[in-house]
Amino acid sequence: MSEPLIALRGLTVDFDGAPALRGIDLAVAPGEALGLVGESGCGKSVTWLAALGLLPGRARVGGSVRLGGEELLGAPPALLDRVRGGRVAMIFQDPASSLNPVHRIGRQVAEALGLHRGLRGAAARAEARRLLDQVGIPDAGRRLDAYPHELSGGQSQRVMIAMALAGRPELLVADEPTTALDVTIQAQILDLLGALRRETGMALVLISHDLGVVAETCERVAVMYAGRIVEEAPVGRLFDRPTHPYTQGLLGALPPLDGPRRPLAAIPGGVPEPGAMPPGCAFAPRCPQAMAACAAGVPEAIAVEPGHAAACLRAARALVPA
Amino acid sequence: MSAVPLLEATGLTRRYAMRRGLFGRPVEVRAVDGVSLALERGRTLGLVGESGCGKSTTGRLVLGLERPDAGGVAFEGRPMPAPGTPAWRALRARMQMVFQDPLGALDRRMTIGAQIAEPLEIHSIGGRPERVAQLLRDVGLRPDQAGRYPHELSGGQRQRAVLARALATEPALLVCDEPISALDVSIQAQVMNLLVELQARLGTAILFVSHDLRAVRQVSHRVAVMYLGRIVEEGEPDAVLHDPAHPYAQALVSAIPHPGRRQRRILLQGDPPNPADRPSGCAFHPRCPVATTLCAREDPVLKPRPGDGRHVACHVAQGEVPARRAA
Repeated sequence: MSEPLIALRGLTVDFDGAPALRGIDLAVAPGEALGLVGESGCGKSVTWLAALGLLPGRARVGGSVRLGGEELLGAPPALLDRVRGGRVAMIFQDPASSLNPVHRIGRQVAEALGLHRGLRGAAARAEARRLLDQVGIPDAGRRLDAYPHELSGGQSQRVMIAMALAGRPELLVADEPTTALDVTIQAQILDLLGALRRETGMALVLISHDLGVVAETCERVAVMYAGRIVEEAPVGRLFDRPTHPYTQGLLGALPPLDGPRRPLAAIPGGVPEPGAMPPGCAFAPRCPQAMAACAAGVPEAIAVEPGHAAACLRAARALVPA
Repeated sequence: MSAVPLLEATGLTRRYAMRRGLFGRPVEVRAVDGVSLALERGRTLGLVGESGCGKSTTGRLVLGLERPDAGGVAFEGRPMPAPGTPAWRALRARMQMVFQDPLGALDRRMTIGAQIAEPLEIHSIGGRPERVAQLLRDVGLRPDQAGRYPHELSGGQRQRAVLARALATEPALLVCDEPISALDVSIQAQVMNLLVELQARLGTAILFVSHDLRAVRQVSHRVAVMYLGRIVEEGEPDAVLHDPAHPYAQALVSAIPHPGRRQRRILLQGDPPNPADRPSGCAFHPRCPVATTLCAREDPVLKPRPGDGRHVACHVAQGEVPARRAA
């Protein structure tokens, strides 16, 4: 990879002593689309909240997050304020609760423009209108004066994307941006994110529990389990040759669209509690391929091929000729 | 298939009055608008559609939790008694409902064992401790977990407990309203497997309400696609998924994200319409890529298509009018 835009090194987060992230190494190249996949509680959202300094005070964050040459962890608030919404923007699952219900959307987009680009008055309004146009809101000029409750869920998410674009970000972190939307509207929003990326050249981190959504939008995927990245690969490779048993399990649990109907290969059991991590590999208790050695230590990520890494002892053994 | 289906709904209609603003005139919203469906014993009908299409209301109407403004429901060939009557209560033991959020459906202050025993008490069914243990085993929980409270269980275990409670009275019909939407992918697979397995063992008929076409294919024998209070297409899951006839069903199918395959998606224009402001003619025509002038004028009816007999409510799919342009 060329010089990364943002690089996370050994990122850890503890909430009251319970580990939520247990060492995340992840880099995003300029203009790249990276998918971050995992089930609820695996730490995929916490990773980016921690990186941008958005976690509450009781969270203990360790490691390093470098954007360009600048360290973000422990950075002064003034620097973080410039980065957040500026070089790195974030959108969330529920657009309706991210918008202020008592202000017109034009004013809310203009506020972001004032903060990050110093635009005021008519110039801000004209730029807000252009942004609404860019995210595909019909009749953008009049929609500037609408209140959030007058918008549908899909349109609210478009407004959130417009606000995120206001600071001309180099990276957009989209946390489950389509989970609250209907499938036909989800298709519209994914299409929009792809088009914006081509137009502006920004990088995208798409956080999702849905492998299908990530497959269609991203170039590279990182799979998370219990606060660690267990597999990372180019998207085609991950779906063709999943190496970590958890990734294999996630793909097997997805009902197929054709072929005979047979019981799904469900992963038994549930995700471990943060306070009660099993020793060694966190997936071992649910893993159909677990060996005695899996409980001995946390497996390191091993490159099974350039650009494809998996944190699994089986993957490591397969590489060494017996 | 027996002559009389277990459940038969004809022309179900449910209207709500909605007032816009403080002094606005009440507007009539037709949440469900003439839905007919039939379900045989031991079979599953999947009801799919997007939010607000009336699929959940249809589920509630079928159970008699709400009274239809028009149309009716027949259970085992007899009309549904009025809600709240003793006859309706007796019938309720034979049909049960499972909701999306298992934590919301369970009482947090009662052990799951006590909650599973409750329907047995209400309907005066004896042999409780053994029956509860058996039900827990049926859904893949351990009998010793009867003493647990809902917060002590994982999401998947809670939904298993909800299923055990629903199955306590040996219902002939189970209405599942988005039973897996709140669960993680790996847990969804567990619950879908369980539903299919329980149905094979107990012969329960299932009305499976979901927005997820993948899940519907996995568990259903037939599927009905709803749009704005009506069924617009009905058929075998594989037929509807691989060769959808209605333009809305085509868009829904093409919107399913699919790992490893990047196919061209049909992008629908605009948002789902407001049920209070139903478009004229075919309700889908303002978003339809192949709509004609006839579609804006005349309401299509759900009927078998010439040729393969697929049930579809669309002038274009029925060949009554040529498409405006190729789909």
